[in-house]
Amino acid sequence: MYTQAMDTGPKEERQALRSAEEAALEARFDARIDAGTPIEAKDWMPAHYRKTLVRQISQHAHSEIVGMLPEGNWITRAPTLKRKTILLAKVQDEAGHGLYLYSAAETLGTSRDEMLAALHSGKAKYSSIFNYPTLSWADVGTIGWLVDGAAIMNQVPLTRCSYAPYARAMVRICREESFHQRQGFESLLTMMQHGTDAQRTMVQDAVDRWWWPSLMMFGPPDAESTHGAQSARWGIKRISNDDLRQKFVDACVEQAKVLGVTLPDPALRWNEARGHHDFGPIDWAEFWRVVGGDGPCNKERLDARVKAWDEGAWVRDAALAHARKHATKEQAA
Amino acid sequence: MSEPTRNDWPLYEVFIRPKAGLDHKHCGSLHAPDAALALQLAREVYTRRQEGCSVWVVPSSQITASDPGDKDMYFDPAEDKVYRHPSFYTLPQAVDHL
Repeated sequence: MYTQAMDTGPKEERQALRSAEEAALEARFDARIDAGTPIEAKDWMPAHYRKTLVRQISQHAHSEIVGMLPEGNWITRAPTLKRKTILLAKVQDEAGHGLYLYSAAETLGTSRDEMLAALHSGKAKYSSIFNYPTLSWADVGTIGWLVDGAAIMNQVPLTRCSYAPYARAMVRICREESFHQRQGFESLLTMMQHGTDAQRTMVQDAVDRWWWPSLMMFGPPDAESTHGAQSARWGIKRISNDDLRQKFVDACVEQAKVLGVTLPDPALRWNEARGHHDFGPIDWAEFWRVVGGDGPCNKERLDARVKAWDEGAWVRDAALAHARKHATKEQAA
Repeated sequence: MSEPTRNDWPLYEVFIRPKAGLDHKHCGSLHAPDAALALQLAREVYTRRQEGCSVWVVPSSQITASDPGDKDMYFDPAEDKVYRHPSFYTLPQAVDHL
């Protein structure tokens, strides 16, 4: 799934360059970025570029892992075996996406243990969308349609990110993500076209609850974005938060018509002059509240992650003990 | 390889053969306690949609790689050897399928 414009970390001052040699290296690096040459793990890169990527990629990885929880909530209660197998496959994909991304972040010199410790201690951020609850079965389809849809909008430009290991992970992820969005839309469409009135009401309720948080996934407005300009310069972020958000709104309006649901925004209307849909103001106070830890499910999500990690400790220990025993045997033989 | 500590499973590079007759191609990496589990995990992480019919896993620490700083020195000498390519040779049309 799911990077939300991950520039919600603290603003950091770039360190002054230390030496003429470093300045020359940075000039060469900038020239490579300008020429569109991908940067690989062992290439020289400015410390701040590395730090920005570690933060963004690890936050993205955490989002995939935490993102399994809201939908995992419905695996045992999926209405049919078909929907259950689809949901299982999707949640497994999210785990896979987390693993691709942790590996990409590790190429920059951070370790898996450091990243997990940061997540489990609450120090690291993940996409705030997962701090909302999944109250009905329609939430699963709505997450696929809107949340994965927003994620795809965000992620497709990342397949051209200047840092190649991240870009390659994103290619794999985007390929799989399309299934996530389509299964969600199809599930909602089935309920809207063949369901009962109660099911249609349930779908509308889910859309009402997920619409605004989905728009927040694109991150703060460009004017307030802390890392936007530098990330654009470095080819990490190719399209601005507001431009992606607009593209998403325009796409969703048509899709909502096909579904037969209403998007919960009275200000939403086509603007002929702009060639885009206007939409109402986003409650950024809510966004920052949820990012800051005070969303409906922040504590529940983190507790679930820590519990899973702690309760899996014996499995990890056993696997290592087994590996050591066999290594010792082979040495002895 | 150094002995892995409690939480630190060693890193393996994963190579997948997409279908019979093709080369194995690097597709990513993962952590695993040993090679047997690395294979198992590689199947789960990298071949959920029939992306492969064969997997290799190699401890990352066992790979020797060229230095990106040496890239020009290593690879540029081939740049001016156009005579190594068949298109360098102009032949009469009658035998141009050579």
